[in-house]
Amino acid sequence: MKHATMSRWLTLTFALATIMFLGACKKKVAPPPPPPPPPAAQPTASLSANPNTINQGQSTTLTWQTTNATDISIDGIGPVDPSGSRQVTPTDSTTYHLVAKGAGGTQEATARVTVNPAPAPPPATVQNVTEEELFAQNVKDIFFDYDKYDIRADQQAALQADAQFFQQHPNIRFTIEGHCDERGSTEYNLALGTNRADTVKNALIQAGVSGDRIKTFSYGKEKPFCTESNESCWQQNRRGHFVYGQ
Amino acid sequence: MKRFFYCFLRLILSASILSASLAAQDWVRGGTGLGVERVRLAASDFKSSTGDPQNTALLKTFNDVLWNDLDNAGIFDLVSKSFYPLQEPGQPSEVNFTAWNTAPPNASMLAFGNLGAAGGKVTVQGWLYDVKNQASPQVLGKQYTDNATNDAVRVIAHRFADEIIFRLGGGVPGIAETKIYFISERSGHKEVWMMDYDGANQQQLTHLGSISLSPRISPDSSRLAFSSINKGGWEIMMYSFDLNRMVAFPRFGGVNLSPSWSPDGKLAFSSSRNGYPNIFVVDASGGNPQRLTSDKGPDVSPSWNRKTGSQIAFVSGRTGLPQIYTMEADGTNLQRVTDQGYAVSPNWSPNGQFLTFSWMRKYGPGEPGSNDIYLMDIASKQWVQLTHDAGRNDFPCWSADGRHIVFQSHRSGSDQIWTMLADGTNVTQLTFSGSNTQPSWSWK
Repeated sequence: MKHATMSRWLTLTFALATIMFLGACKKKVAPPPPPPPPPAAQPTASLSANPNTINQGQSTTLTWQTTNATDISIDGIGPVDPSGSRQVTPTDSTTYHLVAKGAGGTQEATARVTVNPAPAPPPATVQNVTEEELFAQNVKDIFFDYDKYDIRADQQAALQADAQFFQQHPNIRFTIEGHCDERGSTEYNLALGTNRADTVKNALIQAGVSGDRIKTFSYGKEKPFCTESNESCWQQNRRGHFVYGQ
Repeated sequence: MKRFFYCFLRLILSASILSASLAAQDWVRGGTGLGVERVRLAASDFKSSTGDPQNTALLKTFNDVLWNDLDNAGIFDLVSKSFYPLQEPGQPSEVNFTAWNTAPPNASMLAFGNLGAAGGKVTVQGWLYDVKNQASPQVLGKQYTDNATNDAVRVIAHRFADEIIFRLGGGVPGIAETKIYFISERSGHKEVWMMDYDGANQQQLTHLGSISLSPRISPDSSRLAFSSINKGGWEIMMYSFDLNRMVAFPRFGGVNLSPSWSPDGKLAFSSSRNGYPNIFVVDASGGNPQRLTSDKGPDVSPSWNRKTGSQIAFVSGRTGLPQIYTMEADGTNLQRVTDQGYAVSPNWSPNGQFLTFSWMRKYGPGEPGSNDIYLMDIASKQWVQLTHDAGRNDFPCWSADGRHIVFQSHRSGSDQIWTMLADGTNVTQLTFSGSNTQPSWSWK
């Protein structure tokens, strides 16, 4: 009985396998034409600079957005994320050129930044530049990692340049505002922002700037520079921001 | 998961009975209904006692508010109105005991009464009857008279509800007359607002046109401390409910944040007046500042043990991501109570036994991060999660009865104020307009 059942199953299995094999063979003999691949979507790209006119030494923010692209690069910057923003400080007028390559082709976008040359250095002109203008042109904010208040290695150069500027302009009094990104709790971010401002202040004091010229303040996440929920925006908001005056 | 949760609460319950008086631990019994049956209470609609045309509107307000208060209390098995007999009583003589104490209502207790306006005044008579004790049924009989306005009737309903809750809830006063203070951006600036505990009567308190944060009401409800940008710095600000205006408070310099009241009226807060943000304590008038912590990391958000006044919980980033610590009120005996993640906004329970706080328990790349409200038994450091899968939740604060928690949640798509029972059930949204954050519940 058992044997009989088993052999019946074997026969059935064999028959099925044969049918499938034959079926497969038949297909091989006359393959249907392969379906055409779906057309890949054409990439799109946009690039803008804000502001698009700056004075020499100032920065501008490049913002770009692409879709359907896998390989995006900006001349002079290199490969970049599909969308994002970056601060650049061109020394001369520059046309930034973005190339977005995807399966559906290549799309380009450009943004022109006009750089007004720094005023020529005859003494008469120098006197017309106020200390506040010099402050705005020269002092650079210090950026931080998430939930951190120690100064990153890549921020040391900016900090030393700031310290040098303040030593050369001993009459400028200023405020350091600590800022945080939107993640994290309101009260803790205000305390963390205080730590960021205090850390920058202490580093400037170490570099020889008198502490009584410096006021510290914290905005936590109450006054963001950028309001999108992505890392490039969050990085913009994690900073010690210099403000002229107290 | 649920089973674990109940096991844990049962553990707390048994520990509570061993360690302290039962009344102080009432919320566990009330909030979870463990071991003890909830009182089966029927609340019959009050009836009109005069022919005044105002009665219809006033009765609607009264009946809605009373029902909502009893339902929110968390200690009743409130009998659905669909089970009630057709003849609802307005007076003691109209109570048909058998109709109430047998199925379908099968009630143990019955609240009933009448309301009538006349000549601009309204009179409310309310009773609470033990309908299983026909020989001596009256537990409570009350009469209230006030102006015949919606607001006055609302207050009367809250008072009557609190009388019932006090008698049937182990002697713990109800919270129907308490207030919640919070920050709202509705005016275009972050200002301090207040509302009734059920979200009614929302009104703006401060008009500073600055950024105001962290409102905390004093234990006697006479003053409200908060922090605000004032004359170029974050300072502790004080509003007086005796004078209904801002009153002077010392400036400390640096960044001053997150005040917290002790039961006897002292204030703890975070101040960077000496450098990095540390916890300071001042007396009621802002004098005699004492520094309790001295580390470099940010210390913020102190919360006083509301029962003993001898301990302070706070948040510190001294080891990296913020964690919750406790210390004695003089700064000694520092203990870290959370062991991982991102833990902020501690708030100490009225009975001194629990902390509620906001925790992103597993923080890190690839972790499904979410800020949820947690409850921790301080002695054992055991915790339970109260909110689940519902956006960012922060700034939990206990109600005076220890049975409820108010908190800020982003679950509706914007920051709003919500309440829940302290076991995480009965979640109710109180604010709907603008962005509303950082609730503080009055102590009485």
